[in-house]
Amino acid sequence: MKTRMNFIRPFMGLVAGLMLALVMVACGDNTATPGTGTSAAATTSAATTAAGATTAAATSAASTTAAATAAVATSASGAPVTITYFTFSAAPDHLKDLDAMIKAFNAVYPNITVKVETAPYDTYFTKLQTLVASNTAPDVYELNYENFVSYASKGVLQDLTPLAAADKTFEASAFYPRAYKAFAQNGKQYGLPESFSDVVLYYNKDLFDKAGVAYPTDSWTWKDEVAAAQKLTDAKAGVWGTYQPVQFFEFYKMIAQNGGAMFDASGKPTVNSAQNVEALKFMLDKFNTYKVSPGEADLSSQPDSDTALFKDGKLAMWRSGIWNFGAIKDATFKWDIALEPGNTTKAHQFFANGIVVSSKTAQSDAAWKWTRFFTSSNDAAKIRVAASWELPALSNQSLFDDYLKQTPPPSRSIVFKALETAVTPPVIERESELQDATTKELAKAKLGQETPQQALDNLQAQVTKLLQPK
Amino acid sequence: MAVVSNKVGEKNWVRRLWVAFFLGPHLIGMLAFLVIPILASLVLSFAEWDLLTPARWLGLDNYTALLSDPNFWDALKHTFYFIAGYLPLVLVLGLGLALLMNQKLRGRLIFRVAFFLPVVSAWVAVALLWKWLLNPRYGLVNWLLSLVGIEGPGWIFDPNWAMPSIILASVWKDLGFVMMILLAGLQAISPEYYEAASLDGAAGWRMLRNITIPLLSPTIFFVVVISLVNSFQVFDQVYVMTAGGPAGSSQVLVGEIVNNAFRYSRFGYASAMSWVLFALIFIVTLVQLWLQRRTVHYQ
Repeated sequence: MKTRMNFIRPFMGLVAGLMLALVMVACGDNTATPGTGTSAAATTSAATTAAGATTAAATSAASTTAAATAAVATSASGAPVTITYFTFSAAPDHLKDLDAMIKAFNAVYPNITVKVETAPYDTYFTKLQTLVASNTAPDVYELNYENFVSYASKGVLQDLTPLAAADKTFEASAFYPRAYKAFAQNGKQYGLPESFSDVVLYYNKDLFDKAGVAYPTDSWTWKDEVAAAQKLTDAKAGVWGTYQPVQFFEFYKMIAQNGGAMFDASGKPTVNSAQNVEALKFMLDKFNTYKVSPGEADLSSQPDSDTALFKDGKLAMWRSGIWNFGAIKDATFKWDIALEPGNTTKAHQFFANGIVVSSKTAQSDAAWKWTRFFTSSNDAAKIRVAASWELPALSNQSLFDDYLKQTPPPSRSIVFKALETAVTPPVIERESELQDATTKELAKAKLGQETPQQALDNLQAQVTKLLQPK
Repeated sequence: MAVVSNKVGEKNWVRRLWVAFFLGPHLIGMLAFLVIPILASLVLSFAEWDLLTPARWLGLDNYTALLSDPNFWDALKHTFYFIAGYLPLVLVLGLGLALLMNQKLRGRLIFRVAFFLPVVSAWVAVALLWKWLLNPRYGLVNWLLSLVGIEGPGWIFDPNWAMPSIILASVWKDLGFVMMILLAGLQAISPEYYEAASLDGAAGWRMLRNITIPLLSPTIFFVVVISLVNSFQVFDQVYVMTAGGPAGSSQVLVGEIVNNAFRYSRFGYASAMSWVLFALIFIVTLVQLWLQRRTVHYQ
């Protein structure tokens, strides 16, 4: 017999709040920036198919966005209201851009005050969970795709479908279609896609020139990467050939580049397949066999130490997300991006963030207006593009033209080319446990405590257990 | 008090009201922030709850699942490893320091303050400091070792050295506390005992063995109980220095509880773990109370 235990919920909010307060105090040092590493992003299951859609869907809907923004202006009126907006992706690099967007929003809706609250990605979901459980959820908040799935199914998000229907000027086609659908569940639109990003190969042109190695091309494979990395690595000067962290998000992509996957089409785990073992072996060989990648001890053990290493000109090739364009734009050397080298096929990570409205908000109308403005208005999109704050999930191609004109890097079009072979992270209900278990087994293999085969055999068993109904 | 005597009843009533008034804020706080949450977590340990959807009664499932959870057993093992390394070290070094600080040394006060400073520092700051000191490549510790020709280990990046690193930092931080308590105990020992002993010809080791330690035993007992309870709950330094890594080699019980509650939203399971931890601490403390009857001498 399963008994409902609603009666303890009021207290549990309290307990959770307390426990959280303690944890927050304990973890106060954790300043990992949002948008750091691959963890910072999410996914739309749609991405694989969404890939080529940018250009195609773009032109058709280009005009609607502009029309919508103009029409919105007329509906601004009413008593002053305040809504709270909770975000992980704005701080610390894009707070000014967010402020600029709010200013533009207030030019249209002077009566709506948007109060911004931020938390670093590492603690964001812990804090959000507690806020939601204690009925103090922010009116509007940001979710990445993986977390969106569980929040939507738990009924804490407002169904935006009626609000969208009531908003005469709203056009769903203004959005990147697959990203828009990713934030829907069971035919209800629970969120609007805010931004998307992918991961590419960064490279330091000066280091390549100095070593006399040809720049990476789209046809590069893992072998080319290692061969170049061996020439580029200069232990005496502290220069490393190539780097990618050994963790869940890199792993799911690398196995895809080798034709593998964590789950088959029916959802059964295929973690320890031959392709996957081979991919893991390659990831580890770069550290342990070829010694072309810096180990934990070689990085400074600070957050974003790989970013720092690349920015210092000590890393020739770096698999990292396009959200780092801003962080290294002031680098003193020439750098560019290329498609990631694959093995049997190409594959690139794809992540998306969305904006949702709390089901408990008293300000649905204002919340909707902000959500819509922030995700799809031309003003907000332009600020986002100018700041290289990932990319707006819109179908208006002219926005991306502006994006492409910016440098560095010169080859910005690679960002869109990588989308053609985008793969999304596998999402299961017990996602954090999947990610942690994966990262832990990979670490054991990296340390040599287990062979790649043993590590993935163990992981296969653990994942099978995670999929069992509780 | 003659005036009061005919109004005893009323006076008592007013007195009680005042007592309640002054105790009230604290009692309410204790009830709301300690008693109720503790009871709630007990109830919750028999259920499954993710904070967002209603809880589901599971009976003993959480506890039986614990038995077959390798992460739980690993965390338990690592916690005992920590205690086995930390407790003897902090006690012996603390006692040594206390004896030293009890001598008439020049600048004794400065030393006492210096040793106590880490105690009042925040764990996060201390842990970050040690994380830097112990960095195998850029850290001061390995640099010092290299000066005497020793190649230092990988410390927090080496699964075999991660826990010793944490023990090292913990001993450094808590040494001052143990020293201070033992010092207070030492100073409470009447000099007459030492005089009598020295008349009998005792000195040095014998004095320590037969006078100081027995008379200090209640204080030592207090320090052991406190340190043991604290070390079962070791968390902050692990979280900051290694986050349980590398590859889970330094994950402790409280770390596992925090992960399950706040990363995996398994509040029921985490509560069950908390209660197992409580039971462990309770049993160990009972054993200590039983042992103290033989080993602790109250004068």
